[in-house]
Amino acid sequence: MKKLFALLLAVTMALAITACSSSGGSEDSIKIGLLAPLTGEVAQYGLSVSSGAELYIKEINEAGGINGKTIEVIKYDEQGDATEAVNNYYRLVDDGVVGIIGDVTSAPTVAVAQASVEDNMPMVTASATDPSVISYGSNFFQACLNEPYQGTTMASFAANELGVTSAATIYNTGDDYSIGCNDAFVEQCGELGVQVLAQEGYADGDVDFNAQLTSIIASGAQAIFCPNYYQDDGMIVTQARTLGFTGYILGVDGWTNTHEYTDPENLYDCYFCTSFAIIDDEKINEFAEAYRAENDKDPGNFEALGYDAAMVLINGIKAAEDAGLEAGSDEYKQAVIDGIANGVVEGVTGEISYDGTGAPTKSIMIVSLDSGSPEFYMNY
Amino acid sequence: MRDKYKRIPVPVRYLINAVLCALFLVIVQSLISGGAISRYQSGILAQIGVYIIMAVSLNIATGYLGQLPLGHAGFMSIGGYSCAIFMMRLSDKLGVETADLLVPGLIFGGCVAALFGLIIGIPALRLKGDYLAIVTLGFAEIIRVFMLNIDSLLGFKFTGGAGGLTGIPRYSNFLNVFITVILVCFFIHTMMKSRHGRAILAIRDNEIAAEASGVNVSYYKTLAFVISAFFAGIGGGLHAGNIGVMDPTKFGFMESIEILVMVVLGGMGSMLGSISAATVITIVNQALTSLSEYRMVIYALLLIVVMMFRPKGLFGTYDFSLNHVMERLLNRDFPKRMNRGAKK
Repeated sequence: MKKLFALLLAVTMALAITACSSSGGSEDSIKIGLLAPLTGEVAQYGLSVSSGAELYIKEINEAGGINGKTIEVIKYDEQGDATEAVNNYYRLVDDGVVGIIGDVTSAPTVAVAQASVEDNMPMVTASATDPSVISYGSNFFQACLNEPYQGTTMASFAANELGVTSAATIYNTGDDYSIGCNDAFVEQCGELGVQVLAQEGYADGDVDFNAQLTSIIASGAQAIFCPNYYQDDGMIVTQARTLGFTGYILGVDGWTNTHEYTDPENLYDCYFCTSFAIIDDEKINEFAEAYRAENDKDPGNFEALGYDAAMVLINGIKAAEDAGLEAGSDEYKQAVIDGIANGVVEGVTGEISYDGTGAPTKSIMIVSLDSGSPEFYMNY
Repeated sequence: MRDKYKRIPVPVRYLINAVLCALFLVIVQSLISGGAISRYQSGILAQIGVYIIMAVSLNIATGYLGQLPLGHAGFMSIGGYSCAIFMMRLSDKLGVETADLLVPGLIFGGCVAALFGLIIGIPALRLKGDYLAIVTLGFAEIIRVFMLNIDSLLGFKFTGGAGGLTGIPRYSNFLNVFITVILVCFFIHTMMKSRHGRAILAIRDNEIAAEASGVNVSYYKTLAFVISAFFAGIGGGLHAGNIGVMDPTKFGFMESIEILVMVVLGGMGSMLGSISAATVITIVNQALTSLSEYRMVIYALLLIVVMMFRPKGLFGTYDFSLNHVMERLLNRDFPKRMNRGAKK
């Protein structure tokens, strides 16, 4: 009886596996890969990026695809793990994709970037802000602005626009995005003559920032630079205001949803730089509405970057398709890469073009949270 | 009756096994170069090899010595980082290809891991059972945090911090991983058949009796722990070369548990068990990726089912010996117990 039960379970499982792994593709489709963490600790970012990218692909397919060919997305979950990312990258290559959107977080993206150079596989990452991801080969592009650029921008903004002469930073020592922004900010402050009175680190997963904030307040800094993701930022803003800090709090593009994590009255004099926020703008409204119709919630920075990453890749594929090359050949891949490098796309995060590197040239805006929700402050 | 039992001489046994291993390597390698095995599949094969090394090395401490360390991923991390940093720095200095430094690199990685194994082993092995588990767990966490923060302490790029150690040349491939697997398994096998191995098994079965019989308990405990760490370091070194990035967050608590699951699932004290469980779990993990969220449920169910029907693991303490099978065939001796498995 026990054996029968075991056998039954084994058979069911085997069936389940085979049933799910079969996927058919037609001749008239172009396969692209989507690599993102859909489960695990960083799944929220992966799901956001993939929902944005899939929205764009859906729109393109509804508009007739590329020269009559529909786009088929093959999506693999890499669980936020570099090993899985590399495995799944090779799996996508086996599946015959012509380009890949991904990866999402920095360490897996670097691993994939290193592997993809051998194949000259066109890749666009939506959100890996680590500047090193584009250093391995010309086949890799970022849709997002990298960490040094964001940190530098905020330092200049603080010095030139807000007239700040002393600042302090609080950052996550377990997150390379946070460290990268912090380092760039501190360096730029040095150049502009802004005194950095304290640099306080905290560990990934911390929820109590009182110790760091108390020492920052004691240092008398006029502004706190807080280059972290929105859950942490919300707590930091709340705790800083509770401790009586009344100066500026500055952030980077991880701040997009911060206003949902703290009370509106804490958000005075809070600014962050980003390439996307839901502000009153025709293009953004259109995107936000389409996104809401699909997903029942507001898009954030990751969704918008996912959407734009898909746009950048599709723009490159269009160039290769127009040239009439054979999908999967070396010339095709090169044509996609050239198409991306020379193309200009009107994304929801601004106009994206590349000037010889994989880092985009695009505008960055400063968003103010004075009113309790994101409002366009200025282009910088 | 027993006198007439035909035996295969020892050199011939080794020769047969060596030929079979070589044959396996040649066949798979030619399939890879012929293109029958894609790069995705050969990457998975290399990953299977790495986890086989991790599982058989943990099996020394868990299955043979009878302790429960929960910090195996810590040794893997140390080995991987030191092997990769050693090879990258040295190839820059000497101007040689990184892949040529694989053997010294792996040995260096293994030795550093073994050194840490010794440092943690001497105090930790005075403890037993769950206490040891907690100490080794804490040790692995210290390693993880150390790798994350050492850069800002040193003030220059050493481990790469939270971003991970990147730009490691991808020097691991099916061939060198599986040659290492065979060497590691051979070493562990012969060690367990030697006086030292017997002493380690005696400690597992009854520590007091072993000590009373003159086995130096603390020496052999530490020895087994250090050897376990050494091979874990080698596994880590091959892992670094297979992926090209060392991400400190990977080597957390869950990684140690994953390796422990392989050992327990295969059967504690069975090398065959560790090898097959490492293979099966790696493949199942890959096969189930298309199920995304359901993967963890099925994976957990699989573990529960195996533990329900085979509480001692798939193979218990049974180890396959080609020699025994061949000798039985030679003597036309087919006892029923051959099917029953567990011999001891």
